[in-house]
Amino acid sequence: MFEFTGKLKNLSIILMLIGVISVAGSFMFNGGGHHEEGGHGEEAHTEHAKEGHHEETGHDEAHASHDPNAHYYETPIERDYHKTSSRATPDNNHFDVTNGASTLTDEQIHHQIGNKPWANLLVNTFFFLAIGLGAMFFMAVQYAAQAGWTVVVLRVMEAMASFMWVPMIVMLILIVTGMGHVGGNHLWHWMAEGIMDPTSPHYDSIIAGKEGYLNNPFYLGRTVVYFIGWVGAAFMLRKMSIGMETTNDTAAQWKKMRNFSAGFLVFFAVTSSMMAWDYIMSIDTHWFSTLFGWYIFAGMFVTALTVLTLIVLYLKNKGYMPEVNHSHIQDLGKFMFAFSVFWTYLWFSQFMLIWYSNIPEEVTYYMARWGEYKGLFLTMVALNFVFPILILMSRDSKRNYGFLITAGAIMLIGHWLDVFILITPGSVGGQWSIGLTHIGTFLGFAGLFIFVVFKALAKAPLMPTKHPMYVESKHHHI
Amino acid sequence: MHYEAPIREPLINGDKSYHDITVDVAAPVESKAPRSWWIVFSLALIAFLWGIGCILYTIGVGIGTWGLNKTVGWAWDITNFVWWVGIGHAGTLISAVLLLFRQKWRMSINRSAEAMTIFSVIQAALFPGIHMGRIWLAYFVFPIPNQFGSLWVNFNSPLLWDVFAISTYFSVSVVFWYVGLIPDFAMIRDRAVRPVTKHIYKILSFGWGGKAKHWQRFEEVSLVLAGLATPLVLSVHTIVSMDFATSVIPGWHTTIFPPYFVAGAIFSGFAMVNTLLIIVRKVFKMEDYITLGHIEMMNIIIMLTGSIVGVAYITELFIAWYSGVEYEQYAFLNRATGPYWWAYWSMMTCNVFSPQFMWFKKLRTSLIFSFVISIVVNIGMWFERFVIIVTSLHRDYLPSSWTKFSPSFVDIGIFIGTIGFFFVLFLLYARSFPVIAQAELKTILKSSGENYKKLHDKDGH
Repeated sequence: MFEFTGKLKNLSIILMLIGVISVAGSFMFNGGGHHEEGGHGEEAHTEHAKEGHHEETGHDEAHASHDPNAHYYETPIERDYHKTSSRATPDNNHFDVTNGASTLTDEQIHHQIGNKPWANLLVNTFFFLAIGLGAMFFMAVQYAAQAGWTVVVLRVMEAMASFMWVPMIVMLILIVTGMGHVGGNHLWHWMAEGIMDPTSPHYDSIIAGKEGYLNNPFYLGRTVVYFIGWVGAAFMLRKMSIGMETTNDTAAQWKKMRNFSAGFLVFFAVTSSMMAWDYIMSIDTHWFSTLFGWYIFAGMFVTALTVLTLIVLYLKNKGYMPEVNHSHIQDLGKFMFAFSVFWTYLWFSQFMLIWYSNIPEEVTYYMARWGEYKGLFLTMVALNFVFPILILMSRDSKRNYGFLITAGAIMLIGHWLDVFILITPGSVGGQWSIGLTHIGTFLGFAGLFIFVVFKALAKAPLMPTKHPMYVESKHHHI
Repeated sequence: MHYEAPIREPLINGDKSYHDITVDVAAPVESKAPRSWWIVFSLALIAFLWGIGCILYTIGVGIGTWGLNKTVGWAWDITNFVWWVGIGHAGTLISAVLLLFRQKWRMSINRSAEAMTIFSVIQAALFPGIHMGRIWLAYFVFPIPNQFGSLWVNFNSPLLWDVFAISTYFSVSVVFWYVGLIPDFAMIRDRAVRPVTKHIYKILSFGWGGKAKHWQRFEEVSLVLAGLATPLVLSVHTIVSMDFATSVIPGWHTTIFPPYFVAGAIFSGFAMVNTLLIIVRKVFKMEDYITLGHIEMMNIIIMLTGSIVGVAYITELFIAWYSGVEYEQYAFLNRATGPYWWAYWSMMTCNVFSPQFMWFKKLRTSLIFSFVISIVVNIGMWFERFVIIVTSLHRDYLPSSWTKFSPSFVDIGIFIGTIGFFFVLFLLYARSFPVIAQAELKTILKSSGENYKKLHDKDGH
């Protein structure tokens, strides 16, 4: 039986306090809300105007000298992107897609600055939601696929999945404030006032075309369905798993759980993609990609596997779970390795196909990321692909805790950056920064995660000894 | 020793010993072919010869003999190509990916699945060759230095990537398959009575002696090949999908294509494995090795991959609407309601709806039902490629050039010919190769054999 020590509890509370301070600080000092108009916002504003002017000059020069690069980036975009609006080309896109001349209005820059604290919250909310949901998915797969070897770490998955309600509540707050335009929350551009109203100056014909899917009641309703579905399934599966310890007919219980898990996986297959469109893809409201949902899923799954491995290593280090042997650890490492490669596969597929076809309404997405986020963007890919490949390829390194923890930490940073780059360009644009508030908010969520997850771990015996595959798992040897 | 939970179903039924497995697997090779084999073989051979005739006619006259026109420049040729490549996915998936996932049930089906893979990749490779028109210049697809001036392949083209991906995949699959066959050929060699047979299998088995060192090297090379084959099997259909997705044609250019094509390939490959093995197990009396449990597992994979493909279809439809791009929207509206609506709805019915029956245990453990669904899925997957290719092309940006496609007898003849060729190869294989990887299967007899599982239960561990 795991004991949630006072020390760990205190640590988690301190982390939560850091998080609260960071979030509060980000709203007060980061230019969020309307009361900050005179200060930071104004400053960035002027800076931006200057920059715009400067770049405009550069832009003219480029044309004069027929710089092939300038031609490549600017001509098609200026012509197709800003002047025509018959296709999926935005009239008032809220981030700057050109590398050259800035076309942002004052209002748009204002939105971007106001978004900073909200975007920070969304990044961390989504990242931690992904950990819980990814663990829930993995757990359901264990039952549906009749996997045996993971039985000794099932309790950890259950505890991780039980965390989902926390980020989902924050998500609901983000959505409701976005719909009410509270505190400068302009994360989802399509929620802007009058954007779907032909008589409004904000009218955007393309976004209006998406009204059937992107409208407040349906959007909120979907989130509620996800909330009930995911959190409810995690609760049910854990309840059945703990119930297995006292039931007489474990085989029947196991079969019931198998059916339940298969049902959840169907629900997950649909909702995981929709959730990715809702929370992330609709930030860049004009943009679309069919692969997006699966890409988000891959990142989510790697993150969850990494956290699972790290928690198991922590518990082993504290002397718990002697049943988990080197073979289990190696297999968890294999999953981290394999799904890092899978993530890269999907990342590359989406990036390469959009780059290759170079269609204006699609390629803008990567232009924005290649522009002001280039360093971060490339770093993120390197962290999520190169490091796992190099560190986790060999058998010995997957059995070495030091290597696994190093790789895991790098992958967590990498996937956090991935979420950051998914959310920030469309909501904050060129006004982005990464600083103490981000780290603090992350630590705050980590504190919440530790508190909820380890408390859940302490509530039930760590080993589901009545599971029909328990003995097989204990004897797992590769 | 490996411990297996008692709740798992046995993978080998009946009271089998090691010797029983040897005898059962060697039986088809050692006996004379029955009349039914000759009948089926003759039919396949006739179809094959008809196909050869159509291919020769195409090469002699040109691809004007096909039903292609200036709007639909790709049709049955590439549909058949993608269909066959897709089928050629299950073998390596079973032997490599399921090996990595330690799915022991793969052992009695991997040999035939790999054979099927190799034979279907051969069919696929025919199509780009004959589509070239001037097949005597086919070596131009390889980036070989040449004395014809600055002729060089176009490295930017996914069609060239295809050449690399498929030839690498084919080579590795053949080596992987052959390495697994060596101990089994040795088994047949050791049992052979006639000197000629003995000599042939002696050459085929590379002097296998079954020493510990041999086994150690065998295991090592198998693991390395499995590691190589796994990214390869994913890369092949990924690159096939890029033939379409790198274009700017609505209906072709969509980012979900790589993983969705791979899922579809696994889907059709497993359907074909089911079609073949349901017959093999019956004709060769191998019901104890290829059990109902095996058929059920494959049905579950068919259901899973069919549903993944279904999610992809719906995602494509949804995003086409969501994009707000009128060309995207029209491409999908035209697919579902245009002149080829019947192809679209055949695809939907066969690929998305029909596998859902496999949710019911009664249906997925019914042999006849499984067989029917496996055929239905193969038809559906052919339609999928037809829908993607022809319905995306036949109404292009210029309404005055809108047209339809109708296949000529040559198109149909070549397709039937490849089916004939495939079955010729498979039927020859079935009578001369051990159709079950018996050496590998013997390793799980004591943990997953029915009789041994009963013994374990009795002893209480």
